[in-house]
Amino acid sequence: MKTLFIASSLAASLIVLSGAAHAQQAAPTKVDPAVVDKYVQSMWAKAPDPWKTVPVQDETQRICTETRNNPSQADFTKIMEREKASVVFPADGKVIGDWKAGERVANTGTGGQFTDGPNTPRGGNCYACHQMAPKELSYGTLGPSLQNYGKDRKFDPAEARNAYAKIYNAQGVFPCSQMPRFGLHKFLSEQQMKDAVAYLFDPESPVNK
Amino acid sequence: MAQAQQDDAEKEIERYRAMISDPMSNPGFLAVDRGEVLWATKRGKKEVTLETCDLGEGPGKLEGAYAKLPRYFQDADRVMDIEQRLLWCMEKIQDLDTADVRRRRFGGPDYTSDMQDLVAFIANKSSGMKYQLQESHPKEKEMLAAGEALFFRRAGVMDFSCATCHGDDGKRIRLQALPNFSKAGKDAQDTMGGWPTYRVSQSQLRTMQHRLWDCYRQMRMPAPEYASDGITALTAYMVKMAAGGEITVPSIKR
Ligand code: HEC
Ligand code: HEC
Repeated sequence: MKTLFIASSLAASLIVLSGAAHAQQAAPTKVDPAVVDKYVQSMWAKAPDPWKTVPVQDETQRICTETRNNPSQADFTKIMEREKASVVFPADGKVIGDWKAGERVANTGTGGQFTDGPNTPRGGNCYACHQMAPKELSYGTLGPSLQNYGKDRKFDPAEARNAYAKIYNAQGVFPCSQMPRFGLHKFLSEQQMKDAVAYLFDPESPVNK
Repeated sequence: MAQAQQDDAEKEIERYRAMISDPMSNPGFLAVDRGEVLWATKRGKKEVTLETCDLGEGPGKLEGAYAKLPRYFQDADRVMDIEQRLLWCMEKIQDLDTADVRRRRFGGPDYTSDMQDLVAFIANKSSGMKYQLQESHPKEKEMLAAGEALFFRRAGVMDFSCATCHGDDGKRIRLQALPNFSKAGKDAQDTMGGWPTYRVSQSQLRTMQHRLWDCYRQMRMPAPEYASDGITALTAYMVKMAAGGEITVPSIKR
């Protein structure tokens, strides 16, 4: 019941959000996917392993691309179900790690770039898109503010679990979200995702101060 | 309180931007000068200069050529951006093995880039002019449609498309303002009108090839092939969004 409510209110906000963006953009130009693929190949056909397959879209990326992040109701439901099913919670059920380590996850914007080494620290770079601790002024605005995130949710363990699922796969909550699917893509480790949740939900975390 | 600090931070950034756009102190003009020399240097198996290279306005005609790129070239039967066309001229006119030129496509601390220098020189010959979109040839139309599709194409471990970061007005990543290229108008005009640019943080004159290489790096995509049609398509799409915008290059940016 509760998830249903969340889903439908998010669906409503999705329509409002994308409606605003579309009002300014011209209608998409029609183009044969095979033509687009030729251009994709021009950039990456010679990419070395394991990079070669990175530009290949999964089904969710394909639909979000085709619909400019505004999927049909049927696709919206399909994506949400598929992405939600991908979420793997920690075996011991504990989703809250160490907020100090979580602060590093939120601040670190390196890792996984073609100029990075295998040992370059990886992070979620949450601050690129979200306001979090009030003392940190260098934050982006692609996502909503997460200030007082845990406090506003009364540090409810069920909400912390939702946040873990959100970080694991943002599109299981909000299809075609702009937020990366950190767990699905194994970009962050389970520990890093738990630490990020702690950064949001630990009462001692500066996010809640 | 936080808001006031925020405003201060933004003012500081503006002050910095104003400072670095002073043309008298723009090292990008050194690249323009080197490019001018390269243009008239005999090279390749044929030991000739690039001075008969046709950038679209006729052999050797540089004024306004950059403002109409990318465009269709009959002799190559392809749409090309400035860098693809220069490589084509090197190979066809000079019979130059471009392996070394391609290796130095992006200049570094110990070496200059012929491509960066030549682009700076040629683009500067369109300074003060406006971008004129070329979209009459079917291959130009295809290039533009593909560029638009690539712009909105989500892929990779971050699920990003260009539009993730450049799809809305007034967004920031950390403190960096993100121009919106998902619609025609001022953001695209102001931005595209300033490329190529001298990047203070890199101490290099950079071209659009480098900028898009850098954005794909941030997207955790593989390094895109230099002078590939995909980059030209994205450039063509952004020129379309920037149509009518005035070119003032080389500019200087952070
Ligand atoms: C590229 C941008 C981007 C990055 C990076 C990003 N997010 Fe998000 N995030 C968003 C956007 C956009 C939304 C709002 C749409 C949605 O809910 O998916 C969002 C929503 C959220 C929400 C739900 C907010 C609510 O309304 O309840 C949480 C929690 C969240 N992000 C946490 C994180 C954490 C933690 C990280 C880093 C590990 C992170 N995000 C990284 C863009 C991003
Ligand atoms: C993860 C975020 C992100 C993505 C995705 C992204 N960019 Fe960027 N882009 C940036 C940032 C950050 C800058 C630097 C802005 C600055 O210097 O102030 C930038 C700068 C640029 C500029 C130069 C802006 C200027 O002011 O001169 C262009 C052009 C550009 N991007 C195009 C693209 C294209 C095309 C794509 C897709 C292939 C893309 N970007 C994808 C973040 C991104």
